[in-house]
Amino acid sequence: MAEPHNKEIDQVSGVETTGHEWDGLKELNNPLPKWWLYLFYVTIIWAVVYWVLYPSWPLVSSYTKGVLGANQRQEAIAAYDKGVADRSEFADKIVATSLEDIAKDQELLQFARANGQAAFGDNCAPCHGSGGTGSEGYPNLQDDTWIWGGTLDDIHTTLQYGIRTDNDDARIGDMPAFGRDELLSRDEINQVSNFVASRAGVETDEGVDLAAGKTLYEDNCAACHGENLEGIQEVGAPSLMSANFLYGKTLKDIKAQIADPRNGVMPGWVDRLDPATIKSLTVYVHSFGGGQ
Amino acid sequence: MAKSNAKLISLEEGGFALFLVLLAFVCLIVAGKTFDQVMAFHAGIGALFAAASVFLIFKNYFDDGGEVIPAEIDGKPNYNFGPVKFGSIAAMFWGVAGFLVGLIIAMQLAWPALNFDLPWTNFGRLRPLHTSAVIFAFGGNVLLASSMYVVQRTCRVRMPGKILPWFVILGYNIFIVIAGTGYLLGATQGKEYAEPEWYADLWLTIVWVMYLLLFLGTLWKRKEPHIYVANWFYLAFIVTIALLHVINNLTIPVSMFSTKSYIVWSGVQDAMVQWWYGHNAVGFFLTAGFLAIMYYFIPKRVNRPVYSYRLSIVHFWALIFLYIWAGPHHLHYTALPQWASTLGATFSIILWMPSWGGMINGLMTLSGAWDKLRTDPVLRMMVVSLAFYGMSTFEGPLMSLRSVNSLSHYTDWTIGHVHSGALGWVGYISFGALYCLIPWLWNKKQLYSLKLVNWHFWLSTLGIVLYITSMWVSGIMQGLMWRAYDALGFLEYSFAETVEAMHPFYVIRALGGALFVLGALIMAYNLWMTIRHGEAEEADATPVGSLAPAE
Repeated sequence: MAEPHNKEIDQVSGVETTGHEWDGLKELNNPLPKWWLYLFYVTIIWAVVYWVLYPSWPLVSSYTKGVLGANQRQEAIAAYDKGVADRSEFADKIVATSLEDIAKDQELLQFARANGQAAFGDNCAPCHGSGGTGSEGYPNLQDDTWIWGGTLDDIHTTLQYGIRTDNDDARIGDMPAFGRDELLSRDEINQVSNFVASRAGVETDEGVDLAAGKTLYEDNCAACHGENLEGIQEVGAPSLMSANFLYGKTLKDIKAQIADPRNGVMPGWVDRLDPATIKSLTVYVHSFGGGQ
Repeated sequence: MAKSNAKLISLEEGGFALFLVLLAFVCLIVAGKTFDQVMAFHAGIGALFAAASVFLIFKNYFDDGGEVIPAEIDGKPNYNFGPVKFGSIAAMFWGVAGFLVGLIIAMQLAWPALNFDLPWTNFGRLRPLHTSAVIFAFGGNVLLASSMYVVQRTCRVRMPGKILPWFVILGYNIFIVIAGTGYLLGATQGKEYAEPEWYADLWLTIVWVMYLLLFLGTLWKRKEPHIYVANWFYLAFIVTIALLHVINNLTIPVSMFSTKSYIVWSGVQDAMVQWWYGHNAVGFFLTAGFLAIMYYFIPKRVNRPVYSYRLSIVHFWALIFLYIWAGPHHLHYTALPQWASTLGATFSIILWMPSWGGMINGLMTLSGAWDKLRTDPVLRMMVVSLAFYGMSTFEGPLMSLRSVNSLSHYTDWTIGHVHSGALGWVGYISFGALYCLIPWLWNKKQLYSLKLVNWHFWLSTLGIVLYITSMWVSGIMQGLMWRAYDALGFLEYSFAETVEAMHPFYVIRALGGALFVLGALIMAYNLWMTIRHGEAEEADATPVGSLAPAE
């Protein structure tokens, strides 16, 4: 055992050591720095004051409430209620006003667009893009091509109940799987695909019997997509007259969509957003430029 | 090495061999019966590790005939540095790996295509790999290795056991392998900084208790009348981590053959236990443990006495008493009751000075030797680490206040705060310790190149500054954008817009990370060259332990 206490004066600082030594390491016997100690006290006093003012210490079945009566749950509810109240004047008006008439009131229109923009950014942009330009599988909302209709009422219905959702009022309309369900043979799908491509201005295969394709189209597709490929929005059958397709613009994409189609889903918002917000979204989307 | 005077195998060797044989069998049975491929893989690793360890125990026994290693040679302690050497090299390896994964995920945030649409490489799996690799693999090995070194030197005694120290250091690294591969394969508890599943937790518990026994055993045998301050901090770290680990990982496995388990805590209690654990992992793993390193390596390097014994006592007890209360500040404005939140915030404020006590004691230890900063880049690294420590322990209490937290929480500000502590404090004090330890352990006069240390220092300092400042700006911007309302009372920005606005800062952050990784690679090269080609120390150097079964 080393000497328990072997105090010495440190030559550099003139301060006494504690007399302990470990592997050559010694300790000076400096007092606590004053500023350090006083700041430590200040923080403790600050904390005690805070405990008196705010809810802080647990008791057996309750807690100290604090003299300020602060309650963050109540504060949050109050702040939320105030936010709703501040907007309720316009929001109530929007609910009471028809979609067409909202556009006629400049103030109301401004409010609806602001509300719509905020709701669009967090709810719609993830699929349709920040500017509503869409991407493959997610429709562009800026152009004139509407699958389920581009009037204010059509957009409102789609927004409320969604497409192919569980809601009873949802827009339902499935493209049959002509290949997967063996409704048409491979050759027939090839013919009808080339026929559609030829009408939509898409490059076709050479030497395919387009007349046979036309017949197949009339027998299998025209009921939904129309005699002249103009589409029928009531059943969500898109126009095939131009190649502005949801699932790709090549012949290969057309074949794929006929053989084994994708039937995309859009959520309904009636249970998630309030009526004023859905109406505002309708006006906002309609104002992108493609609204009819 | 004579076989003629062979002794019976010792209780320690026999005990470990028996335990490991049983473990190998259990692992084999689990591997054979499980329907879970990750479990099969991990049980396989376990069986291999256990079997190889049994083989090494017996090989070592037959090689030296069960000879007892002398605790002293010529009156000098015969220190056991084999496990310390292993831990130091493991720290270097895991450090570089962990920083690199950090750089990858930083780039994934800037350029999401780097997720490659593969489950094994996506951000969700690589992020815990990064945090665990830097905290537990790098930091943990630095702590284990340095604590085994420091406790022996400051107690002037060889640590007990022939197998025990190796079991601790190797067992810990096996835990790292199990945890890391588990994340990549999708086995996770989903608890931040406590992601490893139940079987890894169980294994770590065994290793950790052995570590505690090893540390206490060394203290018990000590030849010095008093216990050095570094050892108080190491002990606080070991004991508290054991407590935190066990309570936060109380899970019930679905079956012995499944990786999946369910935590016994639920709802807000689970959240509170998780952040009581999470904050004290910072407090006791990343603060107390590394303060222990500071208390040995800084006075040793500057060759000056510790500034104030009294300050070390007061700030030690204040720190360990106060830290344990601060966890609720991670859960402001949640389902957590307000009283708990207030209590956590106020204790975080009181914690400010006790945290700074360590910084003051470290910095003031340099008084009379400040000139060494000009010539010694290793010391400069350790001193700058204290500056970062001071900065982040001031920022922490500030961010724990509800009003500040409502802006900072969930933003990149938190990430910046964590990294000023992690890169600046934990990283630099560890680098400093490794730069000291490697020449000491391998009996080299000095490092291979001080110039390279200088390069490491400046590159990584620049990296840290880029990292922290970009995250401050992006975090505060993000917080302000989230709470911005337009004149009509609607949110000004959508979430996607805030993400877009952060992109340039994510690129700057990745650049900062790249500089830090570059610095670490320079360190690894420098340390490797020191071991391989450094000039040997004089012959009267400290004798080094002779047992090295796994090297």
